[in-house]
Amino acid sequence: MSKSKFKNPVVKWIDHRLPVFSFMDHELNHYPTPKNLNYFWNFGSLAGFALVAMIVTGIVLSMNYTAHVDYAFDSVERIMRDVNHGWLIRYIHMNGASFFFIVVYIHIFRGLYYGSYKAPRELLWILGVLILLLMMATAFMGYVLPWGQMSFWGATVITNLFSAIPLVGENIVTWLWGGFSVDNSTLNRFFSLHFVLPFVIVGVVILHLVALHRFGSNNPIGIDVKGTQDTVPFSPYYTIKDLFGLSVFLSFFAAAVFFFPNFMGHPDNYIEANPMVTPAHIVPEWYFLPFYAILRAIPDKLGGVLFMFGAIAVLFILPWLDRSSVRSSQFRPIYKIFFWILLLDCILLGYLGAMPAEGIYVILSRIATAYYFFHFLILFPLLPYIEKTKPLPISISEPILGGGSTASAFAVREKK
Amino acid sequence: MPTYSKSKNNKDGKRDFLIISTYAMAGIGAASVAWPLIDQMNPAADTLALASTEVDLSSLEEGQAITVTWRGKPVFVRHRTPEEIKLAKEVSLDEMRHPETDEERVPNEKFIVLVGVCTHLGCVPLGQKSGDVKGQYGGWFCPCHGSHYDHSGRIRKGPAPTNLEVPSYKFLSDNIIKIG
Repeated sequence: MSKSKFKNPVVKWIDHRLPVFSFMDHELNHYPTPKNLNYFWNFGSLAGFALVAMIVTGIVLSMNYTAHVDYAFDSVERIMRDVNHGWLIRYIHMNGASFFFIVVYIHIFRGLYYGSYKAPRELLWILGVLILLLMMATAFMGYVLPWGQMSFWGATVITNLFSAIPLVGENIVTWLWGGFSVDNSTLNRFFSLHFVLPFVIVGVVILHLVALHRFGSNNPIGIDVKGTQDTVPFSPYYTIKDLFGLSVFLSFFAAAVFFFPNFMGHPDNYIEANPMVTPAHIVPEWYFLPFYAILRAIPDKLGGVLFMFGAIAVLFILPWLDRSSVRSSQFRPIYKIFFWILLLDCILLGYLGAMPAEGIYVILSRIATAYYFFHFLILFPLLPYIEKTKPLPISISEPILGGGSTASAFAVREKK
Repeated sequence: MPTYSKSKNNKDGKRDFLIISTYAMAGIGAASVAWPLIDQMNPAADTLALASTEVDLSSLEEGQAITVTWRGKPVFVRHRTPEEIKLAKEVSLDEMRHPETDEERVPNEKFIVLVGVCTHLGCVPLGQKSGDVKGQYGGWFCPCHGSHYDHSGRIRKGPAPTNLEVPSYKFLSDNIIKIG
């Protein structure tokens, strides 16, 4: 048995019985990481930071919040006006949700661009999509808690989506509500679930990290690490890079919290919920807008709901939809163009989700929805048959240090 | 699978039986514990027992409408004009998504009573106040996703799948209805 690497006798004693220090040393310190990661690889740790920040601010907010239809709105206003630093904690939590989605969406598009979902990282990707789904459920229920007009009507519209299910739809909606409309029972259960789901997310994040550390990070070239010459230890190289990224992220985050905290919110949510009056224009939070646009693009209730959930479902099976063995878009000249079209398509869907469902907006939503599904269901499986990929480098080190004339010969082997 | 399960030995047959019945009992046990935990989310007894609502229609003039609350939902009552009644009765059912005659939906043709919740995704349609947009068919219009309802509360255009729901109600006298 090798000698302990720890000098401190207390650490040594504990580590012999409970090897947590060895574990951390192995996974956070020595952990070999591809040396060519760019700044898009910062967003995983940023998402982790956002999750912790949301849990910490959320726990202290719950100490001052009352989950009752008669008191919820006032208790949130009390947090804003009377509770010490309450305005700061709530604005961090409110904007934290938006920033969490921003970093997660960038993280997802990073995965799409560099093919991070491909073998052997399929389960890593699927766990990530599961985290996205849990985040959406948590964010939706959190938005209901202040009990403003958008809270109430958002909850009404989203829970009514389930009424589209044939036969049992209405029963499911009544079960979700605990009554015949969104009411006190609904608010209470949403508070309970909004509190607990983030800890479920933590559990799935741990599995996400276990799956990540099985084969290590993908990298911008998308070829496998060939040996220690292709990697650097996680610490200090990527701990420092992640901390630098975090400081940049916090600059933007602080700017939002202190200078435009309500920019990503909706003014109608500062009006207390009124079950008798629907606001003229209901919009969900910005991070749901692309999915909302898909829902409204389909002129059929059940169809709209199926397509909306289908937009997430295709992500689960993406590792098998994409038939190309080349991971990184750098070597896929045609896919690279379509990647940017998909990104623009999603931004367009987000814009259309915020617009009224009439006239040109409906037509554009249908085109954008059609493209979204075309991209996943037709382009991903078929493109590899017509696309001629560029030769891959021999190794991660080769493009940096130069590989000479042998490069292309190895590249041919690489493709097989 | 363990090899003994394939054996024809009598003792092993007994073992299979014990394993299957253990799993079955555990499954039934788990389901019976889970059910109360799931069913507690359904409406509680006090929610189900919510009092019915009585509405006096004597002050409701022709063309006017009122909204009352029943089970936490808005209920629309509109006193229809003769032209509106005529339009609602004469229209052909062929052009409807959810064909229902006006007679089926409105026992007393003057007063129409509807649950004021759009059957698409649950918004409250406009059309109760005099200045409201009433949609292309003059009844109600849901601003959320653009559903148009006619003078009988029937869906005529837009994403809603069915007509506005008619709550169970009865006339206690000529001018008083009891909803629920």
